[in-house]
Parts: sequence; structure tokens; C-alpha cells
Amino acid sequence: MKRLITLICLLGLSAPVLAAGGAEPPYSFKPQLRNDASLQRGAKYFMNYCSGCHGLEFLRYQRMAKDLDMPLELVEENLIFDGSKPGQHIHTAMPAEEGAKWFGQAPPDLSLTARSRGPSWIYSYLLTFYVDPAKPLGVNNVMLPGASMPHVLWQLEGWKALAPHDDEDHGGGHGPAKPNFKTLEEGSLNTAEYRKVAGDITNFLAYAAEPGKVDRQNLGVKVIAYLIGLFILAYLLKREYWKDVH
Amino acid sequence: MGIQANPHKTTGFLGWIDDRFPLTKMWKDHISEYYAPKNFNFWYYFGGLAMLVLVNQLLTGIFLTMHYKPDATLAFGSVEYIMRDVPWGDLIRYMHSTGASAFFVVVYLHMFRALLYGSYRKPRELIWIFGCLIYVALMAEAFMGYVLPWGQMSYWGAQVIISLFGAIPVIGPDLVVWIQGDYVPSDATLNRLFSLHVVAVPFVLVGLVVAHIMALHEVGSNNPDGIEIKENKDENGIPKDGIPFHPYYTVKDIMGAVFFMILFSVVVFFVPEGGGYFIEAPNFVEANPSVTPDHIAPVWYFAHFYAMLRAVPDKLLGVIVMFGAVFILFAMPWLDRSDAKSIRYKGTPYKVSLALFTAACLLLFKLGTEPTTASKIIQARVGTIIYFAFFISLPWVSRMGTQKPVPERLTDGH
Repeated sequence: MKRLITLICLLGLSAPVLAAGGAEPPYSFKPQLRNDASLQRGAKYFMNYCSGCHGLEFLRYQRMAKDLDMPLELVEENLIFDGSKPGQHIHTAMPAEEGAKWFGQAPPDLSLTARSRGPSWIYSYLLTFYVDPAKPLGVNNVMLPGASMPHVLWQLEGWKALAPHDDEDHGGGHGPAKPNFKTLEEGSLNTAEYRKVAGDITNFLAYAAEPGKVDRQNLGVKVIAYLIGLFILAYLLKREYWKDVH
Repeated sequence: MGIQANPHKTTGFLGWIDDRFPLTKMWKDHISEYYAPKNFNFWYYFGGLAMLVLVNQLLTGIFLTMHYKPDATLAFGSVEYIMRDVPWGDLIRYMHSTGASAFFVVVYLHMFRALLYGSYRKPRELIWIFGCLIYVALMAEAFMGYVLPWGQMSYWGAQVIISLFGAIPVIGPDLVVWIQGDYVPSDATLNRLFSLHVVAVPFVLVGLVVAHIMALHEVGSNNPDGIEIKENKDENGIPKDGIPFHPYYTVKDIMGAVFFMILFSVVVFFVPEGGGYFIEAPNFVEANPSVTPDHIAPVWYFAHFYAMLRAVPDKLLGVIVMFGAVFILFAMPWLDRSDAKSIRYKGTPYKVSLALFTAACLLLFKLGTEPTTASKIIQARVGTIIYFAFFISLPWVSRMGTQKPVPERLTDGH
């Protein structure tokens, strides 16, 4: 038993060490999958600002309505723009060929982006659009340099420029330094409000990447509680039988 | 002599069966009158756990096969369909994917137990060889299973592994095309790997497991003291240090199995990606032959071999080293020449050598999952040399130092 505990401790210690590596995005975001209000706002922003170009090909409107506790009629009236049935997947209105023609590359489906790139990457991407006259659309992004996506949230955030980074080591060598931005034009939201919007969208995409996660975790608590009870019984049974082994 | 029907002379309905099928005989030979040493410790849980995980893989695999589509255009979507639309699908899929990693965890610990207590020594050489074959089959099974979701890491991992065969002189390039059924990994590759993963290799695995256990029950289990309990029997012919497998080890293994299931459930329900080591993030992007991921890393259980492959500058030599690292395991029973089986009575040089070997394996596991740098390549070379040095020096190292006298009877209870 002592050895087992040592082994578990060692595994526990080594996991974060092993998991390190790879550049961390400058802004980190931890999804709150139980925050329905945030997820509902995220769904609203996504449908209004993103779904014109990006689909969620593995998520159904109906599933989203049920999971996020939104009445289906409201979703049908306010969030389905392309006449899809509630049981259908969230496809973008833009045909892939058109997208490729307009942007050089069809806008990617975002069903699993929160799992492939991570929520912090999405959050940082939404926060690091900046004006760059050298680009065809006049805008660039720190997370994805050369991205062909316009800054669709500009009315909310306004415009900012990337100021050259002073090379002072602010982070003490720990973690990435935040990019240095200079506001060019105010948007309708202040920085904190805009970050909340970006956070809600990120949160929604984290939900969309794995809709069953919250239910599975709820079930997991019950399963593990049951197994702990079963373990106690199994231990007592073993102790009883092994009394006569000397 | 021949086979005698119903040697235990049962009567009634059971007798009717036993006259026709060795039910009671099998139950007694393998369970209720299989005498195992009474001092099995922590390390002896993992064989049973490996069987538990095998059953988990077979059962969850059956349900995944009902919904998965082995088609390069549909495979990725069908996995997401399982994750989202199939009732309990995410649970079944994560039990299967976590089970793959858990299989290697318990198998590596099970193999390490054999190294600790000399479980591969005479008369258990065949148990060890069947075990090594299980390990080889398991690696093939795991590799092919990882290709099936058809994500970026599935695709590029398959590309890297299959291309290893291309290093074979003369026939290499043609062999790669023959294995893939195409010039690059494609629909044909996916389809055949699916067939091998769900039909051929599971058959081989189950057959080898049966052989492994039959060989074990023929000679009896080793123990932490590495002595033969069959050499000390009482007047009824029962080993004095033995206890019947049932009920003693059945109740003990049930306890161990439930404890294991608690840890397993923590992963399945809360961290199924295993921090990117069980399911890699790039595998959530569908396979794309025209985009290479930044960093192709194998799943953790192959990482040590991958580290060896990259440590050798020449590709063919690297492949030889990598396969050599697996096949040298088979020679273990004949490399160890110490008098004692168990590490408890072996000399200090063996203990040091085994500790270095273990450290080298852990180092290689770590390096294999990371992008290489010049200094990491040197570390991987050192690790590889220590790995092979353990085996090559064993005939001498195992006889060096002072070995303690091996006792006649087991030294500890449970």
C-alpha cells in the first residue's frame, strides 16, 4: 500500500512536468462549462458574429438548446439564420468554395478548435487583432500571423495597433510576455467588457467541442463514490478471508 | 494413460456435464485448487489487471465498431458522432482510449515485476516468451487503433511508423506500398488497419493470453522470494507455502481491481486526454495529407522506442536499434545467470544495473514525447546505451557481488 501511494504521488508529480512545453498563449482562459448564462451569451455572439463564415458541423441546434437550457422556440426564432431544422448541425451559410475564393482559404469549422488548439488560444486569438496596413484586409493577428480573417468584432473592441515590445523582461522569464497594444479607436465596449465577450465566445466553443463533458463529470462523481464504497466492502471481504493465512 | 473423463467423480447434473466436458476439472486445476504462493505483494496485481483491461477493450471495442466507419472520408466524423450522438458513446470511447494507455501501464509494471523477482527464469521461460509476444501484439494493436480516428496525429503517426519498413534494403519502398495499399496512407490503409485491429490481432492477443496463463498454471507462480513452493509439499501433495487461488487471490484481486477502477474512472470521467498523453490535441483535427503537424509525437507508450529511433543518425540502424530493443527482451531468461531468481537475494551490481535501466527507460519515455534538441539527442543516446548495456552485461553482472543465500521457505506472509 505504501508503495502504491508513493507511485501515485510520483505520477502526480511528474504529470505537470511532462505536460509543460509548447508555447503558452499570452492570455489564459479556463472554460466554465456550468455557467449557462455565459454559454448562452457565447452562443448568441457566435451565431451573430461568427456563424456567417464558421460552422460547428458536429453540433446540433437542438442539442445546444437542451444543454444550454434555452427554449427551442427562442433558438429557432433568434439563432437559426439559415432556415435549418433544429435537429440539424450548425452549418455555415457560406459555401466552402466561396470562402476559399474570398479569403484564400475556406474559414475552418470550429467544432473542435477548443480541443485542438485549446481555449486559451481561442481567447488570445480574439484579443490580439491589430491594424496592419500591409495585409489585404488591413488587420493581422498575433496568434495566427497572416490570418485572412477580418476583425469582425471591431465595432465592439475598436481598433488597436501592435506597439513594438520593449525588451525589458517583465515576466522574469516565466511565461510569455503579453503583446503591447495601443488603442487607435475606441469601440462600443471598454477593454474589460470586450474581454468578457471574448470569454463568452471561447466558453461556448469549449462547450461545442465536447457537449457531453458536464454530464459525464456529474456521472463520474457518482461512479467514483460507488466504487469507493465497493472498495471498502472488497477490502473487508479480503481481510476476512485472509485472517486464516499465516 | 489418456484423458480420464470426470476424474473428480461428480454426480447429478454436474456429473452429467463432467462426463462430457472437464468443467469441474478446469475449475479445480485453474482456480480452486491452483496453489499460489501466499506472499504475493503489490507487484502481483498487474497480471490480473491486464486481463481486466483486455476485457474492457474487447467489450467497448464491440460497441465502438457498431458506430465507427472505416472510411477516410467518414472515420473522423463517425468518432465525433460516437462522442455526441450515440448514447453513452463518449463514455465507451474514453473507456477504450483510456484502456489503451492503462493496458500499457499495467503491462509495463507487470514486466517490471518479472525483472524484480526473476519470473522469467527456468522453468518459466515460455511464460516470459508468450508475455513478450503479447507485448509485441499489443503494440501492433495499439498503433492500429490510434490510426482509426483519422485525426492528424493518427495519419502522420501511421505515416512515420509505416515508413520505418521503407528502411529495409532492397524491398523497403515496395514493402511500404504493399502495407499501405497506396503510395501514401489513405482509405485503403485505414480499411486494412481496421480489419487487423478488430479481427486479426485481438484473436492473436487472446490466444497468446490463454497460452501465457496455461504455461503459468503448468509450472506454478513465482513469488517475491523467487523460490519454488512445489519443492516443499505436505503429506497431501499441497505446497506448504501455497494457498488456493480461490478464494484467497480472487478476493484480493477483486479488491485490487476495484482500486484500479477508481483510478481508471478518474481519468475516463475527468481527464480523458491524459494531459495530451492519452489523446493528443492535434488528433482533434481531421487527417490532412498536405499539412504536417508542427511536432509529430508518438503516444507515451511508444515514446521510448521513438527516442531511440531519433537517437541513431542512420535510419536503417535506428530501425534496427528500435526493433532490437523489443526483441532483446526475449533473451532475458538466458542472459540472467545469477543463482537467485529474486532481487532480494541477488548481488548489488544487478540492483544498480536494474535501477539504471529503469531510469534510462523513464528518460527515454520523456524524451520521446518532446521535440528534439542537440542536448536531448545526446541524452537519448546515453539512455539507449544504458538500455542495451543492461541486457548485454547481464550474464556477468548477474553473477557479480555477493548474493545472499536463498531461503528454503517463503520469508513473509501476506
